Amino acid sequence: MIKFVNISKTYPNGVEALKNINLEIYEGEFVAIIGLSGAGKSTLLRLINKLIESTGGEVFFDGESVTKATGKALINIRRQIGMIFQGFNIVKRMSVLSNVLSGRVAYHPTWKTILGLFPEADKQIAYRALKRVDILEKVHNRASNLSGGQQQRVAIARALAQEPKMMLADEPVASLDPITTVQVMDYLKKINEEDGITTIANLHHVDLAWKYATRVVGVREGKIVYDVQMDDMKKVTFYNDLEKVYGRPIQHDEILGDE
Amino acid sequence: MEKLIVPNPKRLRKYSIFTLVTFLILGSAWFAGFNIIEVIANLFKGGRLLGRMFFPPDFSYIPRIIEPMLETIQMALVGTFIGALVALPTAVLAANNFIKTKWLHVPLRLILNIFRTIPAMVMASLFVAIFGLGAFSGVVALAIFTFGLISKLTFESIEAIDYGQVEALMSLGANKMNILRYAIMPQILPQYTSYTIYGLEVNIRAAAVLGWVGAGGIGQTLEYNLAWRQFDKVGTIIIFSFIIVLVIDLVSAAIRKRLV
Repeated sequence: MIKFVNISKTYPNGVEALKNINLEIYEGEFVAIIGLSGAGKSTLLRLINKLIESTGGEVFFDGESVTKATGKALINIRRQIGMIFQGFNIVKRMSVLSNVLSGRVAYHPTWKTILGLFPEADKQIAYRALKRVDILEKVHNRASNLSGGQQQRVAIARALAQEPKMMLADEPVASLDPITTVQVMDYLKKINEEDGITTIANLHHVDLAWKYATRVVGVREGKIVYDVQMDDMKKVTFYNDLEKVYGRPIQHDEILGDE
Repeated sequence: MEKLIVPNPKRLRKYSIFTLVTFLILGSAWFAGFNIIEVIANLFKGGRLLGRMFFPPDFSYIPRIIEPMLETIQMALVGTFIGALVALPTAVLAANNFIKTKWLHVPLRLILNIFRTIPAMVMASLFVAIFGLGAFSGVVALAIFTFGLISKLTFESIEAIDYGQVEALMSLGANKMNILRYAIMPQILPQYTSYTIYGLEVNIRAAAVLGWVGAGGIGQTLEYNLAWRQFDKVGTIIIFSFIIVLVIDLVSAAIRKRLV
């Protein structure tokens, strides 16, 4: 579904974020990307929908080159890929409904979306998306009045409203408390399993990766140093393995703990 | 115990700046011919003038100044409205995080700075020369001044927005217009409205004196009465203008406080 071919990224300030990455993500997977901060996780994720442009190599989405896509072709790729962020990035001064409907803008002519004219079918999509993450009752609230966990659920609903094939999650729970963390991760997992939406999540907590992911990819200094299926993985083996990724034993703050 | 001596290198700088500023102020006063003795000598004359203005002012004159006062407010309203309307799209183009090509926003900012630097009075006298006497010249001057002011404040607001919301809209396939509508506008609209109301506040004050150069409004009436030395009527105009400006300032401040 996603294929990285010899991808590298060097930022204008000279930082080599990624060095010759080759990676393939298959349909329906729940991939957790782990690694120290600055290892290149965020860059890797943002190359998939071209929020960041690579400096070498090519990324493919469903066989189509993202790297070469511009204009309409790029919009067509992006609308099939939902994305949620550490800072939620929903528009706080708009209602929850407007936020979720904004997930539909790439499906309509610009003059209609500018005027806020969404067809009834889109509203139904929005309501269903909100119901999916159990927050339909907040539909007419202003987004700024919601708690962090609720805002992230609205962000998930906005991504769902895109009717995406794939979901990218950049540290989706890093600004949440342990209880809402589990809620948000559960929703992501449910969507992944029930709708078959391929999910890639950057995660800081290794036990979340162990619990939710079907596959874990470890990034260290811009290279992929670890890539395993999680089917029968024992927690102890997994933690020991991770010393390869981190270059040191797992630290206390990298484990969320049991709720 | 050994005495610790910790030199503060900033102290010399502090004293030299203080000395420099003192010299600048005294020098300017001398250069401008400021003379404290003259001020004291003229205090008596000023007092007599104030007496003729305010003890008592000619309140029977009020009906005659309502119309020019309304004209002043109208000038300010129309000038602010036009200026603010043009300012919004200009601010979007001038902000460096929406359109990233330098050749557009660098010259645009230069123009905005020039507009903002020229006092409304100077602009009004220019437009009186072009369009002739009357409120129209005043409105044009106020519109251009407001445009410069609000564009500048608004593009700075646009540059200070939370870029994460823009990134999120980009990620779901929004084009530039949709990003503007769904990520940028919701963030800056309250500030923009606040700047517009502030512009109105400034313009009411400016419009009140624009008549001096023949650009309409209460200023023209004021100048006429001063020329004819009808100081009791001048007093009425000053009191009346003061009340109007005060009320508008208070209302404007109250609204702006709620907005942001």
